[in-house]
Amino acid sequence: MASEAHAADKAAEHAAEGGSLVFHPMDQFIVKPLFGDGAVGMFTITNSTLWMGLAVLAIIGLLVLSTSKRAIVPGRMQSIAELAYGFIYKMVEDICGKDGVKYFPYVMTLFMFIVTANFLGLLPKSFTTTSHFAVTMVLALAVFLTVTILGFVKNGAGFLSLFWVSSAPLALRPILAIIELISYFVRPVSHSIRLAGNVMAGHAVIKVFAGFAAIAAISPVSVLAITAMYGLEVLVAFIQAYVFTILTCVYLKDALHPHH
Amino acid sequence: MEGDLAHIGAGLAAIGSGAAAIGVGNVAGNFLAGALRNPSAAASQTATLFIGIAFAEALGIFAFLVALLLMFAV
Repeated sequence: MASEAHAADKAAEHAAEGGSLVFHPMDQFIVKPLFGDGAVGMFTITNSTLWMGLAVLAIIGLLVLSTSKRAIVPGRMQSIAELAYGFIYKMVEDICGKDGVKYFPYVMTLFMFIVTANFLGLLPKSFTTTSHFAVTMVLALAVFLTVTILGFVKNGAGFLSLFWVSSAPLALRPILAIIELISYFVRPVSHSIRLAGNVMAGHAVIKVFAGFAAIAAISPVSVLAITAMYGLEVLVAFIQAYVFTILTCVYLKDALHPHH
Repeated sequence: MEGDLAHIGAGLAAIGSGAAAIGVGNVAGNFLAGALRNPSAAASQTATLFIGIAFAEALGIFAFLVALLLMFAV
């Protein structure tokens, strides 16, 4: 991303000037190649690739290995896997209805990837893949395309009734149709930036406090603040994954039952 | 001091985050007020709560997007 290169330049400038902070709070988001110092191209293995791969491995570890014994009385790992499965299954069933359960594997995949990537990003020295708009935008666009295509396949032209609010007075409907249309196409933007923005902002705030910890007079306050922010970030990591998933379910419901 | 008008604009766009905070606070506060009156109905409405929060937050996100564009794209 051009903006990241730009941010990296800014960080370098900042360090050269000897700014007030020891390091720039946005340094943690720089995408670097894992091997060598070459430019980042389409197929370069970067730290982002590494942490995405680790997230996938962690999910496999949690969902496949822990449930392979299939104990009647589940152990700790199996309980977590069952809890996650039941949690998402109930969400899909509640929001999309019985006929939405078919799309449960997709929603479960999204949730597990996002929540694992968020939690791995909270490890010290790690890289948060979901803090990048490029990553979340791909997830959100995939949802957007899936939902749009699914809506037309399931309902044909009837899907367009999503934009024609039949409960409103006739004179208002064309205006509402325009507003609904705009809000429909803005969905992938807000869907992706909500996740990346929240995760990125939280991590940046932690780093800003970490920068203040170098000043001896206020370091105890700053260490306390980091601890508090970290606790909040653990919560945010889960809630943002939950919100992303629940909105996916709402969009799926719109595609399956477009009539208001 | 470095920076130009775009940075001032980015700072002004950050006011939108405060407006989104008011919106999210409204949603959560009203949910709590309703939940305390009828706690048995509260559990079934948490999904609606989060959807409401997400929609209220979306407009704040657009303000953040404008700030980002002013910082890095202008």
